[in-house]
Amino acid sequence: MAAEEHGEGLTFHPMDQFLVRPLFGHDGEVGVFTITNATLWLALSVLAIALLFIAGTRGRAIVPTRIQSVAELAYGFVHKMVEDVAGKDALKFFPYVFTLFLFILFSNFLGLLPMAFTPTAHIAVTAVLAIAVFLTVTIVGFVKNGAHFLELFWVKSAPLALRPVLAVIEVISYFVRPVSHSIRLAGNMTAGHAVIKVFAAFAPVILISGAVGVAVTPLSILAITAMYGLEILVAFIQAYVFAILTCVYLKDALHPAH
Amino acid sequence: MEGIAQLGQYLGAGLACIGMAGAAVGVGNVAGNYLSGALRNPSAAAGQTATLFIGMAFAEALGIFSFLVALLLMFAV
Amino acid sequence: MSAETAAEHGATAAGHATEAASGGMPQLDFSTFPNQMFWLVVALVVLYFILSRVAMPRIGSVLAERTGTITNDIAAAETYKQQAAEAEAAYHKALDDARAAAAKVIEESRAEIQKELDLAIAKADAEIAARTAESEARIAEIRESAAEAVQTVAKDTTKEILSSFGVSADGRSVTSVVNARLKGGAA
Repeated sequence: MAAEEHGEGLTFHPMDQFLVRPLFGHDGEVGVFTITNATLWLALSVLAIALLFIAGTRGRAIVPTRIQSVAELAYGFVHKMVEDVAGKDALKFFPYVFTLFLFILFSNFLGLLPMAFTPTAHIAVTAVLAIAVFLTVTIVGFVKNGAHFLELFWVKSAPLALRPVLAVIEVISYFVRPVSHSIRLAGNMTAGHAVIKVFAAFAPVILISGAVGVAVTPLSILAITAMYGLEILVAFIQAYVFAILTCVYLKDALHPAH
Repeated sequence: MEGIAQLGQYLGAGLACIGMAGAAVGVGNVAGNYLSGALRNPSAAAGQTATLFIGMAFAEALGIFSFLVALLLMFAV
Repeated sequence: MSAETAAEHGATAAGHATEAASGGMPQLDFSTFPNQMFWLVVALVVLYFILSRVAMPRIGSVLAERTGTITNDIAAAETYKQQAAEAEAAYHKALDDARAAAAKVIEESRAEIQKELDLAIAKADAEIAARTAESEARIAEIRESAAEAVQTVAKDTTKEILSSFGVSADGRSVTSVVNARLKGGAA
């Protein structure tokens, strides 16, 4: 769309990197079981995690190798997070949170490779993750606490007159959780990658107009570098935030009393 | 008619981006208050980094929503 | 936005006409959602089983083993420290004992030497006393014989002098006079 405005030959396709394409033939049709680039990068994430956590820990060394200590570091990091935020009785959900965290982390980081596809930039992916968390939390809450789980919405510390109003707000915020949970991740990934692509579109200006390009091209490359640094930070922080919010919701489900 | 609709679309997308300023202020507020608290009581700071990131995530999510509105206006309406 | 523009845009962005109706955002192209969700669930299930069945028990056991090893090593180090302290105490004790034994030996040999010395001194003293006594006896003897000789010489001389003066004197009176004089002189 923007390409229409820039007649000089600059092409802006910041969203092309998110296209889901079949890897083999299929005439562009994407069926349910079609192997697409999304499938490839999901598989690469799983493969990378398997490599780190199975091949890396094969030695079971008491004094760990470098790769094994990375795996142990990730394990300890998430273990501590679950224990600190959600409490000791949430540790049976540790594999679940660990899976989510590693999947998002590796998808984010692999998506930063040039020409890569980022599964976590897609609402379809993050919505599944967030709805899974939402359903888990709701089911665990009702199974563990029965009807007492509804006390989560009845703020006992507030004055009685305010409680119905607060209850409405609490219910709304409870159901908005999966929305914000998923949009946050997908939006962050989309935004960062799109911004990098927009800056990247400015880089070849020097080929079109030398005088303008001398100023614009280095600036855009600098901007790409800076954004890339920020995106590396964001890739980690979003995985961390997704996992920690899962822990917070789990804490609500296990201990609904405010 | 179409030109006006497109104009409105672009204007709306641009205006939606102003919402990101709010998110920026919010995230800055969270980080700044955390820092001032951490400088006053550094021993308690380490235990609150999780809360810091949760607060940042909530503040930032709203900015992402405005970004999403802009994207929708640009590409999907 | 008209359908025409959307279609045109979709065509440029997506690259194929089938997605034209869904607009320019691939994230909102609902035709790919079932595919993405399916493969995501497959990936997550595989990942979950890899992690929960293989990786996590392994890392957990390694961490537990390490904690155990560290605890054991610390305990062993504590034992060794204890042993070292005991050895040091034993060493100090042995040193003190040796010192005490040495002091005793020194004391004993000193006492023995003292005893021998005393004996030797006593012996020497006795000998000296004996020699002294002998010498005194001889001196007394010599003195006596000397006195006798003096008496004899005095008597003889007196007799001679008296006879030369023409006075005859009997031996007995001369002897008593001389004896009296000698006694007076000696006194």
